[in-house]
Amino acid sequence: MAEDQAVNSGPAVEPAVSSQGSALETKSATPPTSEVPVATPPRPEPPKIVTTPVPRKAKQDRPPNQDPGIWRMNRRNFLSAAGWLGFLTFIFASVVGALRYMFPRILFEPPTKFKAGFPEDYVIGDVNESYKDTQRVWIVREKEGFYALIAICTHLGCTPNWLPAENKFKCPCHGSGYYKNGINFEGPTPRPLERAYVGLADDGQLLIDKSIKFRYELDEWGKPGSYLKYTGV
Amino acid sequence: MPGLMEKFRKTDVYKSIFRHSYQDTQRNRALQIVDNVFLHLHPVRVGRHATNLSYTWGMGGITLLLFLVTIITGVILMFYYRPAAQYAYEDMKYLMNDVPFGPLIRNMHRWAAHGMVITVMLHMFRVFLTGSYKPPRQFNWAVGVLLLVLTLMLSFTGYLLPWDQLSIWAVTVGTNMARATPLLGHEGPFGSQLGMRPDNDVRFLLLGGTQVGPPTLLRFYVLHCIFLPLVASVFMAVHFWRVRKDGGISGPETGKRTS
Repeated sequence: MAEDQAVNSGPAVEPAVSSQGSALETKSATPPTSEVPVATPPRPEPPKIVTTPVPRKAKQDRPPNQDPGIWRMNRRNFLSAAGWLGFLTFIFASVVGALRYMFPRILFEPPTKFKAGFPEDYVIGDVNESYKDTQRVWIVREKEGFYALIAICTHLGCTPNWLPAENKFKCPCHGSGYYKNGINFEGPTPRPLERAYVGLADDGQLLIDKSIKFRYELDEWGKPGSYLKYTGV
Repeated sequence: MPGLMEKFRKTDVYKSIFRHSYQDTQRNRALQIVDNVFLHLHPVRVGRHATNLSYTWGMGGITLLLFLVTIITGVILMFYYRPAAQYAYEDMKYLMNDVPFGPLIRNMHRWAAHGMVITVMLHMFRVFLTGSYKPPRQFNWAVGVLLLVLTLMLSFTGYLLPWDQLSIWAVTVGTNMARATPLLGHEGPFGSQLGMRPDNDVRFLLLGGTQVGPPTLLRFYVLHCIFLPLVASVFMAVHFWRVRKDGGISGPETGKRTS
């Protein structure tokens, strides 16, 4: 391979820089064995290594024996850990940034609040369907006040129909049935219809907010906003 | 803490992900590269001359990096951009003002794209200066030229997508040049003889109409995001493969190498 020969220049070309220089890597052939025992000349003495005495540091500069200090790791491990920490921080910041990117600051969805006319225009005992098509909400007036039912079947989300002759809400999809107050009594639906917030706007009109919901099964129908007390004309 | 790491390294989960240890043998080193899907496209070893930046400039690798940056930022941009004339400009404004990190992603995409054009030019220049187009590398040079054309086409198609004045007029001018193509353009030589008209020539093919309009935007979007990147990836694979097979990155003559 052309790529290999660039690195492993064989024994023909002696590399100028042999960084390894270890005696263990023998690229050359094995030395020939000699039959005749020859007195090998004595090896020259290896040069004496002269060590100048290390100047001793003052006692207070030396760490106590065996004590690794407060870090308990050497410099190499510290730098390695710091490197990994930096990398993971970058990854974490990228993930958080990417997640944040997926949630835009401004949405173009229709508002959930709407005004529903004046309370006096509602008939007591009536289920008002004026806002069923545009807002998906029924507004019911009783003697004591108002509540608003969200026209989404709690089974699988179809829009039920109000059947005044039978005094019930009936879902055309799978036959779920609800009483006038929204409680389920027949069909596959597991829970009552949800109620939306009802209040009074500044100009006296009813104010409905579909984003604030009240569920009967969580005992929320008594909470403020789920019912508007109104006994006026 | 170190004990925990050791125990973790012995678990089956770890061993199934990291299949080779860090044993420093020739065999193990090769296995770590060859058995990794991301690394094995690269040879196990490279000559030391390959790291000589003053000779190689590294522009080919940088081009690849910029390509990856454009792909990643491009995909991220696709979450908010709609290629319809009605929405394109509005979505670009939305990205710049109402999406967290939107400006960062869009600008990164733009910078990487511009940068990539510059680096392919520098790469081509370097290859020429070092004679790395000579045998056996002639075919790879041709593939490189093709990649250059694809890069420029990617830039051209991407430029239309913000659908602002700059985009529309740039594409108008570019495609008006197309109508003068010989044989294929309705205003080019021999075009009319071959039955080329404004509604069936190569300019029509590019524009999806007789003028720059919504069909053009959609067409350029598909070219920019799917077709051209796929074709470029295929040719890049050929290009990198040929580098390996032709003997790795070229360096000075073996006798003259300083390392």
